[in-house]
Amino acid sequence: MRVTFNANGRQVEADDVWEGESLLFLLRERLGLPGSKNACEQGECGSCTVYLDGAPVCSCLVAAGQVQGREVRTVEGLADAETGLDPVQQAFIDAGAVQCGFCTPGLLVQTHDLLAREPQPSDNDIREALSGNLCRCTGYEKIMDAVRLASARTCSTSEVSQ
Amino acid sequence: MEFLRPATWDEALAAKAENPSALPISGGTDVMVELNFDRHRPAALLDLNRISELTEWESGVYEGQEGEVIRLGAAVPYARITRELARQLPGLALAGNTVGSPQIRNRGSVGGNLGGASPAGDAHPALLAAGRDVFVEAASVRGTRLIAIDDFYVGVKRNSLEPDELIRAVRIPVADGPQQFSKIGTRNAMVIAVCAFGFALHPRSGTVGTGIGSAAPTPRRAVAAEEFLADELAERNLWATAG
Ligand SMILES: Cc1cc2nc3c(=O)[nH]c(=O)nc-3n(C[C@H](O)[C@H](O)[C@H](O)COP(=O)(O)OP(=O)(O)OC[C@H]3O[C@@H](n4cnc5c(N)ncnc54)[C@H](O)[C@@H]3O)c2cc1C
Ligand code: FES
Ligand code: FES
Repeated sequence: MRVTFNANGRQVEADDVWEGESLLFLLRERLGLPGSKNACEQGECGSCTVYLDGAPVCSCLVAAGQVQGREVRTVEGLADAETGLDPVQQAFIDAGAVQCGFCTPGLLVQTHDLLAREPQPSDNDIREALSGNLCRCTGYEKIMDAVRLASARTCSTSEVSQ
Repeated sequence: MEFLRPATWDEALAAKAENPSALPISGGTDVMVELNFDRHRPAALLDLNRISELTEWESGVYEGQEGEVIRLGAAVPYARITRELARQLPGLALAGNTVGSPQIRNRGSVGGNLGGASPAGDAHPALLAAGRDVFVEAASVRGTRLIAIDDFYVGVKRNSLEPDELIRAVRIPVADGPQQFSKIGTRNAMVIAVCAFGFALHPRSGTVGTGIGSAAPTPRRAVAAEEFLADELAERNLWATAG
């Protein structure tokens, strides 16, 4: 079947999509968007997290055909062509929260959503928001640091710009 | 495999009547795991995501149910139940907030939990506790039928839907007393319950609601405990004084 949708602000189309395939497969294997990672295909690790119509979801658990006509934003769509990396991405680099990097794309999208909803999350809010994202390298402390750093920077820039 | 994409509820019912073996897919958090691991290869998938009524809830008064009732669309995700209905349906909101992870709660729905009818589904204990007058609205081209929640679960992962039926909504009375939900699992996030318990006091009718998950082939009530507690509360005149 053919699936047409909006990926990172651009209309995309894929043909010969298998009816039982996931959005994750469609993005990675057919649309050249391999940022979202495949580690479990069962919703357990969060490395495939993308926005679907503005809400973060596991793309491995969305059927490709379900995104027809909808909006998907992947980790590739977080950076801005003009202003560069999103503050969340920069904070992950600066805080040393990236080791092998396999979990990072999912964490970035999930953190991006958290900070959009709650610019100054408590540690508990952060843990809760990231509870569906597994990382086997960092032990999570650096990830917590990265989220706090992104939050602090975003809040201070928005104060300045006000 | 076929991918059926009805745009309206009537089209969905017609598609299900024509293809009774088509597997409905809503949030996909159960269905896609089965497909990804090739445990199940249905002849067709019936996508319900385009039917906007399923993601809406409304409040009203319905025959056979006392007081205000929430008619919860089958596909309203848990995240929205917790955000929007914590006052009206506290037990279900608490249960929903323990499901999977935030990403799962953005997609997973009560309709999907009922469709799967897993004994470990977390919505079930909360629905049972909410009262014997909780009804699943099952619809087909033949019409709509209300299935009492106590008649809905019939076996391990089996419910009483007919092959041509889809779940449109669940009708749940607004809480008239305190409700609780608790579950035991192996860690905090993303666990299948080892055991789950839903509890509700219904002062208006002087009854107690319970629901136990993951402990029997189907979710079930602790009937003797419900009756015992209701009688005790009545005997000590605690219903009227609210404790
Ligand atoms: C990582 C992970 C963690 C999870 N944790 C929990 C948990 O803690 N507690 C829990 O209860 N569940 C859990 N689940 C299971 C799942 O998220 C829930 O069962 C959820 O409620 C399913 O809803 P859905 O909309 O995604 O269903 P789907 O996967 O779309 O469908 C599930 C079933 O219901 C049927 N169906 C869906 N909609 C309808 C309808 N309108 N009419 C008739 N049939 C329908 C489908 O055909 C299918 O059989 C978890 C799943 C994952 C992947
Ligand atoms: S690959 Fe989707 S959650 Fe792990
Ligand atoms: S950095 Fe390797 S899994 Fe997280």
